[in-house]
Amino acid sequence: MSRYRLMRYARRVGVYVAALGFVTFAAFPFYWMALTTFKQNKDLYVSATNLKHVPWIFNAAPTLAHLKLLFTQTAYPQWLLNTLLVVVAVVLITVVVAVPAGYSLARLAGGWGEGMGIGIFLTYLIPPTLLFIPFSRLVAILGLQDSLWSLVVVYPTFTIPFCTWLVMGFFRSVPWDLEEQAMIDGYSRLGVFFRVVLRFAVPGILTVVVFTFTLVMQEFIYALTFISSVDKMTVSLGVPVALVRGDVYHWGALMGAALITSIPMAIVYNLFMDRFVEGLTLGAVKG
Amino acid sequence: MRLPFGPIELPPRETFADRESLLAKVMLAPAVLYVAVLVGIPFVLAILLSFSNARAGSLSFSWVGLSNYAAVLSDPTFRRALLNTVIVTVAVQVLVVILATAAAMVFRAAFVGKRIMRFFLLLPWAVPITLAVMAWTWIFDSTFSVVNWTLKVAGLLHGWLYWLGSPTLGLIAIIIVQVWRLFPFATVIVLAGMTSIPQDVVEAAIMDGAGFWRRLFQIELPFLLPVVTVAVLFGIVYTATNMSVVYLLTGGGPADSTHVLPTLAFQRGIEGLDLGQGAAIALFLLPFLLVAAIGMLRIARRSEMGSP
Repeated sequence: MSRYRLMRYARRVGVYVAALGFVTFAAFPFYWMALTTFKQNKDLYVSATNLKHVPWIFNAAPTLAHLKLLFTQTAYPQWLLNTLLVVVAVVLITVVVAVPAGYSLARLAGGWGEGMGIGIFLTYLIPPTLLFIPFSRLVAILGLQDSLWSLVVVYPTFTIPFCTWLVMGFFRSVPWDLEEQAMIDGYSRLGVFFRVVLRFAVPGILTVVVFTFTLVMQEFIYALTFISSVDKMTVSLGVPVALVRGDVYHWGALMGAALITSIPMAIVYNLFMDRFVEGLTLGAVKG
Repeated sequence: MRLPFGPIELPPRETFADRESLLAKVMLAPAVLYVAVLVGIPFVLAILLSFSNARAGSLSFSWVGLSNYAAVLSDPTFRRALLNTVIVTVAVQVLVVILATAAAMVFRAAFVGKRIMRFFLLLPWAVPITLAVMAWTWIFDSTFSVVNWTLKVAGLLHGWLYWLGSPTLGLIAIIIVQVWRLFPFATVIVLAGMTSIPQDVVEAAIMDGAGFWRRLFQIELPFLLPVVTVAVLFGIVYTATNMSVVYLLTGGGPADSTHVLPTLAFQRGIEGLDLGQGAAIALFLLPFLLVAAIGMLRIARRSEMGSP
């Protein structure tokens, strides 16, 4: 082998080793979730001081007992349902509000659209951790304490700014010809929006749906502040705070809940990652 | 990609459905109203509350001027939380930038299995953060920690590490989890930025005999600076304002030593019912947000003007 080929070979191996290193760090907690979900308790609760018992693998036959416990004796199914309700409501509000707003900023607003768009995006930076204390008071005044409606009302405060920004970017990247043609054909400006734009905006709207879904799934602090009954919790609140019996964590069931919730999220997210990055890089990356 | 041309001029028509400037405002109004009412009002209320002695559950309160601020500033727990927030935010950004740039260099190369590896690399960013933190809590468990087992078997650990039971290790654990959560996101952003490096410049440098490090520091990194800045600015916001990681991992303990501003604000404001003090603590996040906002505005303006 020539020196050149040897170097290329070494580089290839180096790339794989480095990539595997990063992937191991990123994926390790998920491996651990999966392993814990299916391990029997006698295999799970062995002190780490016992160096002969290897925790990285199954030392006893895998079991479905934790998942059975999760679905039959905990409120997890209820939390899934609650989360679904909140997601659907928030997605509806976000799409109805953010899609026209994004279109307006991209196509109709002209000069002030740019500044307004950045203004809306900046409100996304005002975090829930700054607002949850006044919200605890507002939610009490509105009589929404311990109700899923509090989340439905409050979550759009972060999904609308983010999704308006995404939609604005989406419409900017779509050529203007179609709308122009429709207007020449005699449609009004509003008619163009409803009959033409919404049709080719389906991928953009789908992106809004996906990111509203993931932002809602990620939320914790508002849910923790507003919701106190176990049967009204969402998944991302209930699993960490209410899946404890007495003082004992049921790690098998807990990791099962984390695993089951994570898998669909990961798949969906992976499909839409590129558009997300486009939205966040603020045009610093030119495609 | 931006459009080289805007809407073309059409003969003016007078119906509502054709008046662009009016239509623009009507379509934008719901979004602006929603945000103005439900972000603007709470934000102002947060500032007002921080000057009051409001307590949860009662509707009456009176103004107390700066006494909440005076109280928290003289409170060692608060100063510790502020310091922790700065330490964690800075440490996480430094580590994330290094890791993400390195990972992007690796994942730029074409290799078999890249798609599936990319899927795994992005997992931390996709899953609900609270569920991932529970996995880490279990990984750092005081009795069953797989980290300790592995270090012991490798012969690197002789005593025992109580990850979530000591102030220093607790902070390290918090930093590890935050880095884990943010570096995939930063990697993707840096990867996107790499496409903007002009290949002819890189090739010219190779022809001129520039080695790997020289190319990295003198050509590629300067081109990557804007995207890396974006990643860092978002990272600052996501780290400094995050509450769930610390709340679930250490709960601010042991003995309130690992609190950050959001968890302390929650403890005082919601659990301790002292809304005024909680609001004052949370408002100390504003400097972090201002840094991020100003940085992003500058980048948005620069990219508008067309320079890299």
